Amino acid sequence: MPYSQAPLIGVLALQGDVREHVRALDEAGARATLVRRPDELESVDGLVIPGGESTTLWRLATAFDMMEPLRKMLSTGLPAFGSCAGMIMLADRLVDGVPGQQTFGGIDMTVRRNAFGRQVDSFESDISLTSMAGPPLRAVFIRAPWVEQAGDEVEILGADERAGRIVAVRQGPLLATSFHPELTSDPRIHELFVDIVKGST
Amino acid sequence: MSTVDSAGSSSPDPTAATGTARVKRGMAEMLKGGVIMDVVTPEQAKIAEDAGAVAVMALERVPADIRAQGGVARMSDPDMIDGIIEAVSIPVMAKARIGHFAEAQVLQAIGVDYIDESEVLTPADEAHHIDKWKFTVPFVCGATNLGEALRRLGEGAAMIRSKGEAGTGNVVEATRHMRQIRGEIARLATLPADELFAAAKDLRAPYEIVAEVAAAGRLPVVLFTAGGIATPADAAMMMQLGADGVFVGSGIFKSGDPAKRAAAIVKATTFHDDPEMVAKVSRGLGEPMVGINLDDLPDGQHYASRGW
Repeated sequence: MPYSQAPLIGVLALQGDVREHVRALDEAGARATLVRRPDELESVDGLVIPGGESTTLWRLATAFDMMEPLRKMLSTGLPAFGSCAGMIMLADRLVDGVPGQQTFGGIDMTVRRNAFGRQVDSFESDISLTSMAGPPLRAVFIRAPWVEQAGDEVEILGADERAGRIVAVRQGPLLATSFHPELTSDPRIHELFVDIVKGST
Repeated sequence: MSTVDSAGSSSPDPTAATGTARVKRGMAEMLKGGVIMDVVTPEQAKIAEDAGAVAVMALERVPADIRAQGGVARMSDPDMIDGIIEAVSIPVMAKARIGHFAEAQVLQAIGVDYIDESEVLTPADEAHHIDKWKFTVPFVCGATNLGEALRRLGEGAAMIRSKGEAGTGNVVEATRHMRQIRGEIARLATLPADELFAAAKDLRAPYEIVAEVAAAGRLPVVLFTAGGIATPADAAMMMQLGADGVFVGSGIFKSGDPAKRAAAIVKATTFHDDPEMVAKVSRGLGEPMVGINLDDLPDGQHYASRGW
């Protein structure tokens, strides 16, 4: 597909590993653009919410009037992919957040923040996702959340081998992982998201 | 080190690994675009978290007080660090003395999320930094120039910060170090491959890391800035000079309105390239920390010259 017809995917650039997602989207055949302000949301075909600190993302999104526009767009079909803190932001319900912590929501699930423990417990491991061809993914979990409960509409894509916890989900055009595919050179998750975006436009 | 809640349904996973370079460096990637704040009490840690800090640095005295009070500055009391870990849910960092691997072992045992092998504390070894490869917990180290940064990477650091001159409220050294590191990387990236061996010798750094930086045109880890940042505009300048994020030490809790200043520095870091936004958040912050002219620092008080 010509570059100009590649989907334009925003990366929420308030804080976090924005650069890695931009690189991964680029390699997956999308055009990436940084999004920090409400008006920058208008032109994007999809949105990536990066890894980072979810309390910081929430506070900055609140301070810069991003919460309501994003909630509205996510509830009316804007495709989005969130990794780690991004998964937290896409959860309808949050456990172990700070008092008052809000999310954008969109996926009917309860996510537990910092569920896998502190940084000394952070790990990488192989993980197989349903409906993903090829060898297992190398998944990097950093102070990672997990999905504690998911509604009927939520497709469970994968669980962590040891704890048996749900770490990858999809609901319609919304995709979320506890781990960071953007920290590896494996493009499959971002390719899946780009396909979701293409299918919805 | 136990890795995950073993109450789950599955058996141990032979493919799982903690403390890999990717896991250590990746943690720093998640802090990018954020502000890490020095705190000395659980109350200050809460203020930092409420202001939007991505992490806090738990220490007994901020650098400005270490300067004022003198004496040997050491790792903080584990009870004090525990109190801060209990108080907040964002990552907690703590400082070990340069070369003091036993302090680092203690900090890892407590469960801190990152160790700063810091020149702000009194060095414990004048020849050797900590062998950071031996640890599961990642390390951040200070650097004044590229060679120093690459030597720390050779020892296993997973994140670099420019040193600046901590506890002065004076950003001039941070500026010098950021420009120095950025300039040296740019120069390295122009060299033909056959000149990288001599470049490694001149930088006194491992050849493999020198070649990696030359090829990528950037460090293989996150580069934050530290030392003297006291205002939103200071943070914005450092970000525009290429920092991935900002450490603020004395600049917040030695100012007139720490909560407000902390939140303003967080916002200015995100919108560092938007002068109108930096102007907006810079209003009504009260008194900044007083600050010190570096020419007035007595000999032995230049922390940036500690480490090598």
